[in-house]
Amino acid sequence: MKPSVIPGFGLTFGYTILYLSLIVLIPIAGLFLKAATTPIEQIIRIATSPRTLKALEVSFGSSLIAALVNVVFGIIVAWVLVRYKFPGRRLLDAIVDLPFALPTAVAGIALSTLYAPKGWVGSLFSDKGPLWQWWHGQTWLPFGLSEFSLNFKIAYTPTGIVIALIFIGLPFVVRTVQPVLEEFEQELEEAAATLGANRWQTITSVILPRLTPALLTGFALAFARAVGEYGSVIFIAGNLPNISEIAPVLIVIKLEEFDQAGAAVIAGIMLIIAFVMLLVINLIQAWARRRFGNV
Amino acid sequence: MDIRVDTVRKEFSHYPALNDVSLEVKSSELIALLGPSGSGKTTLLRLIAGLEMPTAGRIFFGDEDASSKTVQERNVGFVFQAYALFRNMTVLDNISFGLKVRPRATRPPKAEIRRRAMELLELVQLGGLEKRFPQQLSGGQRQRVALARALAIEPRVLLLDEPFGALDAQVRKELRKWLREIHDRTGHTTVFVTHDQEEALELADRLVVMSQGKIEQVGTPDDVYDRPNSPFVFSFIGESSSIPVSVENHELWVGGRAIGLPAPNDAAGAAKLFFRPHDVELVDDGAALAGVVVASRRVGGTRRVELEIGGLPERVEIDLPFDHPAGEKSRIAFRPKRWRVFPQG
Repeated sequence: MKPSVIPGFGLTFGYTILYLSLIVLIPIAGLFLKAATTPIEQIIRIATSPRTLKALEVSFGSSLIAALVNVVFGIIVAWVLVRYKFPGRRLLDAIVDLPFALPTAVAGIALSTLYAPKGWVGSLFSDKGPLWQWWHGQTWLPFGLSEFSLNFKIAYTPTGIVIALIFIGLPFVVRTVQPVLEEFEQELEEAAATLGANRWQTITSVILPRLTPALLTGFALAFARAVGEYGSVIFIAGNLPNISEIAPVLIVIKLEEFDQAGAAVIAGIMLIIAFVMLLVINLIQAWARRRFGNV
Repeated sequence: MDIRVDTVRKEFSHYPALNDVSLEVKSSELIALLGPSGSGKTTLLRLIAGLEMPTAGRIFFGDEDASSKTVQERNVGFVFQAYALFRNMTVLDNISFGLKVRPRATRPPKAEIRRRAMELLELVQLGGLEKRFPQQLSGGQRQRVALARALAIEPRVLLLDEPFGALDAQVRKELRKWLREIHDRTGHTTVFVTHDQEEALELADRLVVMSQGKIEQVGTPDDVYDRPNSPFVFSFIGESSSIPVSVENHELWVGGRAIGLPAPNDAAGAAKLFFRPHDVELVDDGAALAGVVVASRRVGGTRRVELEIGGLPERVEIDLPFDHPAGEKSRIAFRPKRWRVFPQG
């Protein structure tokens, strides 16, 4: 290691270890110890029970979808905020952070009211709602397609979970991509244009590669946040076992049944999956940084 | 491909950056746009490229009106001061980018693209570096990659915006010579922007001297250096000294004394005399400019002295042989060998 101008590696490193231990490592170790006291057959039984598997699938699946949606919309929002000057830009910029500040339960209640079958948005998609009417009024649709009933329930389904998770994860991608976009030299776009590249080619082969490391960071943060989210989801999900029950809810249910071992096992599994996924994202990121320059 | 700029005007939020500029560039010519910052030279270059659209006026490539065409359609090679290389691509990918983004109908086959890119890499003397990334190259090498990338699309004109501005003096001189060679070999009509007059004088077939959004003078390096047509050009190109004079009886006068310079064609009245510090002769007798040495310093093989001339507020500079005995306070009489007089407006 190269000696730095500012000394104090020992001190800061020691503090880092102590801090991480007290706040992160010891509680997690406790969790695994608790899980380890359970007989192995029971661990396997809990882990492979259909309800647990479904809850994990709902949790990780909807988090993944939400994070991906956030990547796409996060880029667009960051682009608009960085590239264009318009009245109310600062206001919009501030609104992006609201999901951070709002109690997640409030967000969950607001979203479920909005997206419930009788809510403002939910009613549009409900049975015999406006969208349904429009769809069945289309005479040009081939037979069969028009028979397909357009009836989405959003709240109280996994779709609702995804919407809540998109809401809480939005700031991460915007805030990681924004500074990179701000530093992006417009000359690169001009260079691409003089070489004959159209708008789309410039975006895909010049701009997006430069954003990749930041996008991965934003994705990882949004994903991690979504996996751990509880407050907003419980209101909109409906929490139906085997349908819209996320793993954190299952953990709380186990705890309420005084099944601490079961809760610890599910939590342990969640942790391991999340850790592996974040590690993989980090490795991809390190690769992207080498590949696309240190951004 | 010759370029014709026809009374082009460009305003940025009502502030005119270019004022009705007209210019003709002949095919295969190497032209320098030279001027201080804010003179509009880069704006003119960007207008030719299509990176900016003129407020009024038109730009022709050959007989074809290019004004309404987009950058992509104009097919120009553009080199930026800060290289603007794509750092997520290797050197080879950077150079072949312009060919790869072509629509399928006009895109050469893969092997052909690679062959051409490798050829250009040889041309810019970077053979063997095709797998490197731009970050792994020196400034001079990066700019050569940028040039190869611009040449790859077989541009109709080559435009360079202060191409050597970010490089150190040594590399700059090398690249200058090398750009001239490439130009002579490929024969592209080339326009480059610079604020370095030495670069412009050495490199260009013709110079376009610009100031405050206008063209001051267009001409060969000899024209512009030896026959500047305005006080601005005289003082901007090369070194110059100037003093206020008056024209009377077809002669120049300073402080009520004739200084031995005829002015047969200049109108009588107040004027300004311009000459180059190295273009003077020392005289012992006869009418001449005379002054007292107030400062002197050694510049290379000569001695540059500052003279105070008979109560004038401006000091003038002239060059003396380095072994000239003139010291502080000595009196020196001299006459410019070549000079220009511009009436004071």
